[in-house]
Amino acid sequence: MSRVDTVLLPELDGPVPATPPSALGLLSLALGVGTLVAPGPVARLTGVDDSPAARAVLPAIGLRELGSAAGLLSGRRPAGWAWSRVAGDAMDLTLLGRALADRGGARRRRVALTTLAVAGITAVDVLAAVRVGQARRARARVIRLEIAVTVNRSPAEAYRFWRDMENLPRFMAHLESVRADDLRRSHWIARGPAGHRVEWDAEIIDDQPNKSITWRSLPGTGVPNAGRVCFVPAPGDRGTEVRVELRYAPPAGALGRAVAKILGEEPEQQVRDDLRRFKQVLETGEVIRSEGSPNGISVRQQAMQRPAQPLPASRR
Amino acid sequence: MKATAWMGTDSVKVIDVPDPKIMNARDAIVRISTTAICGSDLHLYHGYIPAMRKGDILGHEFMGEVVEVGPQVRNLAPGDRVVVPFPIACGHCSSCQRGLYSVCENSNPNAGIAEKIMGHSPAGIFGYSHLLGGYAGGQAEYARVPFADVGPIKVPDEVSDDQAVMLADVFPTGYMGAEMCDIKPGQVIAVWGAGPVGLLAAASARLLGAERVIVIDRFPYRLRLAEEHIDAETINYDDVDVLDALNAMTAGRGPDACIDAVGLEGHHGNAAMYAYDRAKQAARVETERPFALRQAILACRSGGVVSVVGAYGGFVDKFPMGAFMNRSLVMRTGQCHVQRYTRPLLERIQRGEIDPSFIVSHRMPLRDAPKGYKIFQKKQDDCTKVLLKV
Ligand SMILES: [Zn+2]
Ligand SMILES: [Zn+2]
Repeated sequence: MSRVDTVLLPELDGPVPATPPSALGLLSLALGVGTLVAPGPVARLTGVDDSPAARAVLPAIGLRELGSAAGLLSGRRPAGWAWSRVAGDAMDLTLLGRALADRGGARRRRVALTTLAVAGITAVDVLAAVRVGQARRARARVIRLEIAVTVNRSPAEAYRFWRDMENLPRFMAHLESVRADDLRRSHWIARGPAGHRVEWDAEIIDDQPNKSITWRSLPGTGVPNAGRVCFVPAPGDRGTEVRVELRYAPPAGALGRAVAKILGEEPEQQVRDDLRRFKQVLETGEVIRSEGSPNGISVRQQAMQRPAQPLPASRR
Repeated sequence: MKATAWMGTDSVKVIDVPDPKIMNARDAIVRISTTAICGSDLHLYHGYIPAMRKGDILGHEFMGEVVEVGPQVRNLAPGDRVVVPFPIACGHCSSCQRGLYSVCENSNPNAGIAEKIMGHSPAGIFGYSHLLGGYAGGQAEYARVPFADVGPIKVPDEVSDDQAVMLADVFPTGYMGAEMCDIKPGQVIAVWGAGPVGLLAAASARLLGAERVIVIDRFPYRLRLAEEHIDAETINYDDVDVLDALNAMTAGRGPDACIDAVGLEGHHGNAAMYAYDRAKQAARVETERPFALRQAILACRSGGVVSVVGAYGGFVDKFPMGAFMNRSLVMRTGQCHVQRYTRPLLERIQRGEIDPSFIVSHRMPLRDAPKGYKIFQKKQDDCTKVLLKV
């Protein structure tokens, strides 16, 4: 069985933090080890070497840095660890503030420089913590769908039909058109109810003839999305298992509401219906219509389908 | 055109609607000459099948003359006299290619709705609710026939409308019910229901070599048809206990195979049992009244076959699973794969082996459809099968 592995899509993983948590982890490690191995020079450098309390406080600070380093480098709950670093920074700044008030001369200048350095680190930590949180929320918003259908046609036939991206609107209900700009790039237009329109450019990032196609939207679109379709021979001579994986990040605001409308309340059901129509087109040549759903592919028609209605009196 | 439309529970009207149009390349338009009211139309009439809408055109048994074909239909031409199978089947999906036309994977445009209730969607059916496609039915002057290159077959002049229209549903359905029993010489087959499908299942069991056929019903006039036309033995369940009677008739073995040709609106000789299921069904707590099915399972000989061609819509209460499992029974089911049977059964009619139109009791013009529904529903005037002439 060929399992559909994850489509790699950096832009769907949200904004990349300016200082990745692993860099913060290394910084913590360096500070922690330095403080523990050489408390004397660290105390002189920071200007607190005249205080007997510093001998007790510095190793504690070092241990705290090592703890943060372990947490950040482990990669689990990076946002939480980044914020714990911010809390530690705040503690350091408080201690330094008290030291600054007590000292004078060269020692006071060294404490001031240390305070400045720690304030800089604090700013970096705050920024990192915020970014890590944003990225996590963005990832949580990405919608992932995995849906499959069995089509009584060979993988080559199914691949060929799908590879011609301009065929997609024949069975994808929310697509108005797809224009192939060249072999890799295409321009997509989706139209929902009430004339909402969403457009984006996409490119094929991996193309394995008769096996799979992977595409994604180009950076800069309001609706980052990506997808992969695999064509796997179905067991027992039953044609092809067409497996589709989709990821998209619905934006917030008015555009987001338009996208939500286009994709309906049940995006999964809609993709399933799209795939059913893909099967219809490949197996029977057309999307099948009925008097109840006369427009075949229009989702709105399907939702609002009406039976035969009595003729108006004038036409009887 | 004029068409028979569902207007709500227990209400049909003949109304004026727009003529059907070619919508897909493999469509044909048929001018209808004869169409029939079916027992499963009564399920719609009584409101037991979900997803009907006011104004839906009824009817899935019809025949007539082709008046227009889409560009992809090459086997039919205007002027051909055809009978149309009730399941709509594409002919190209793997179900169709295995002969399982009534579970065609492509013919239900509303498959998503059906999947929610049934797990997977069966084929679309003419005039049988939006759950099964939202197709207009054939109790009308004209009908659109999708996949006309797969379903309809031409009817030779020597076969009458009344004989041919039986090929749309009831004859193939009865025949499949008997075929699923794997009848061998010496076997006894019991059939629940002496409606059109039950009678034709009993007749088909005879054609397939059953030694004895027993028909179970509560209307004496229907049982009389079984005795006179099929030489069947009969049981009226209003008068006797069915299980006792079947055991006595088979010396304690039970019938080798039991055909349920009743479906979801069964009746029961025992007033309390009937009231129990009737009340649950009325409250829509269960969708079926499965008396025939329960009885068929209990009556069947150990290791025998229970063949279900009566129509069910949803969920069954008090299914005797213990009897079914402990006695090695086999159940076979299905909406009829009509396309598989139309040609061979037409040939049997041509050879004079059977005339399935013996079940027809009433013929009336299309405009009298509401009256036809009423007398069929109430079993007035010895009604077994109503044909509407257009
Ligand atoms: Zn019928
Ligand atoms: Zn099919």
